[in-house]
Amino acid sequence: MTGKDIERDNGRHGGDNTMRDKPTPYSKRDEAAVSKPPDTLRGEEERSTPLTEIATGLKRREFLQRTALAGGGLIFGQRLLTDGGTTRLDQVLAVVPQAASEKVAVRLRVNGSNYGLRLDPRVSLLDLLREQLDLPGTKKGCNHGQCGACTVLVNGRRINSCLALAVVHDGSEITTIEGLTRGDELHPLQAAFIRHEGFQCGYCTSGQICSAVAMLGEVEQGTVSHVTSNVRREGRVELTDEEIRERMSGNICRCGAYPGIVAAVREVNGTGRGA
Amino acid sequence: MEQEEERDLEMKPFAYTRATNSQTAVQAVMREQTAKFLAGGTNLIDLMKENVEQPDRLVDINRLELTRIEERNGGLRLGALAKNSDTANHRLVRERYPLVSQAILAGASPQLRNAATNGGNLMQRTRCYYFYDVALPCNKRQPGSGCGALEGFNRMHAIFGASQQCIATHPSDFCVALAALDAVVQVEGPQGARTIPFADFHRLPGDTPQIDTNLKRDELITAIDLPAASSVFAPRSYYLKVRDRASYAFALVSVATALEVQDGTIKQARVAMGGVAHKPWRAREAELALSGARVNEQTFKRAADAAMQGARGYEHNRFKIELGRRAIVRALTVAAREGRTA
Repeated sequence: MTGKDIERDNGRHGGDNTMRDKPTPYSKRDEAAVSKPPDTLRGEEERSTPLTEIATGLKRREFLQRTALAGGGLIFGQRLLTDGGTTRLDQVLAVVPQAASEKVAVRLRVNGSNYGLRLDPRVSLLDLLREQLDLPGTKKGCNHGQCGACTVLVNGRRINSCLALAVVHDGSEITTIEGLTRGDELHPLQAAFIRHEGFQCGYCTSGQICSAVAMLGEVEQGTVSHVTSNVRREGRVELTDEEIRERMSGNICRCGAYPGIVAAVREVNGTGRGA
Repeated sequence: MEQEEERDLEMKPFAYTRATNSQTAVQAVMREQTAKFLAGGTNLIDLMKENVEQPDRLVDINRLELTRIEERNGGLRLGALAKNSDTANHRLVRERYPLVSQAILAGASPQLRNAATNGGNLMQRTRCYYFYDVALPCNKRQPGSGCGALEGFNRMHAIFGASQQCIATHPSDFCVALAALDAVVQVEGPQGARTIPFADFHRLPGDTPQIDTNLKRDELITAIDLPAASSVFAPRSYYLKVRDRASYAFALVSVATALEVQDGTIKQARVAMGGVAHKPWRAREAELALSGARVNEQTFKRAADAAMQGARGYEHNRFKIELGRRAIVRALTVAAREGRTA
């Protein structure tokens, strides 16, 4: 994490040229509610730092100095980035808040980084990623589980993040489109989508690619689909174009780039590098 | 600013409780009249975004240990919190109850099936447009407000068992297979555990269309049992779903068929339909017509005619009567060919 993230959080969103459909709705409100997981953050220096100051006015050099003092934990905006992914997340808390919309402590590992948050239980995983964690690669399409643009991987499985309450996934490991690259190297499916022009406007693309990554894993596990001729037969189903279309049917592309999408998935399936 | 935030969050505020065992979950829902269980959330969260459902508390049951699929009394017990995708792909479900796998895989999308649970599938609510739109009348959503569908656009609506109050359909595919295979629902409530035969689980609308099932508000589904006797249909069963597009759409009409055949004669048969009634519709007249008859097209047509007797169409859905007849013949034909489409 660098100072660039602070700038992004202050409203200069340069990296993502697609729609940012709404202003960040939770940030101001949640500043006061940031939690500090005791086993991931240490250092009085950091605890005494007003979060509003960090979110609004801290100079980059000053910020870096402070975070260097904080023993590896960084705070930016209303959230915590802690230890680069080494903390175990299998500790499950029983949470019984009494009042409506009382905030709930949530820990998530997103693209390899651990976050400790306090969230209004109404916040969807999609809105959390986009509005609070600066990960706008996941797109909000229909927001009702009908288009697949918001597809992310939760513990390796693809789901619609728009219909998932973030609090429910406490302790989970999330992978978004931003987490598929290794450094500057694209995931084989990302590269194949470019090669085969598996998109036009690009709005559904991150959902398509996340979905395809999980789908190729499902095929390796021997899953069947609606078009599999005999569900009683065991073993790996041959991934025909018909199978690809059915298994990718949770992702709608209004530009109709389906031939390119099928070609990209077919190619990566052949190489065995998808999942 | 506060108001803007509220709008963006869409839903009415609610309290959140994460339950650690089924007893505390049941107690939490029992205590508060407007509390609801939350499992996969693929339907409930959507309805909350539309303000159709407005619980004051969600009791999250996802940490309960109800995810197993295991053999029991020669049949299979499907945990209420097993995901639809895991259930459809479970080795024993595929082998002994392929109709269940086919039905689940015909519904929703891979992403939704990864989130949706077996118990939640039974509890999902109708996709009637009048139910979903809070600006329109709907006796199911708001008792006494009228039925918009009765005289309105009713293409997807019921042709069996409807009332003057409600002509909505149950949207599940999974439940159609469960109805055909005589599944049993295991539930736990404040007074302890009980079982509900699948045929008695969902209700017809009558004068109380706001009540979808015979499950009490504070009862929790813990499992769904597939009886040993129904595995006899494994070699010859088929789920046919007819819809507006090839995938990822609700059924206009669906048919679950299962046959036990000996020397070209049908020993016993199961036929259930989806997309035609307020509950998964078991076509017992068709089953009677099939029982003891030879496997041939005449038999299947006779059964289809028997099934569709008593069907009543409305302005936009009369096509479902002939569609249902043909779908039954076709599904039986495929089932008789050992579930193979070609």
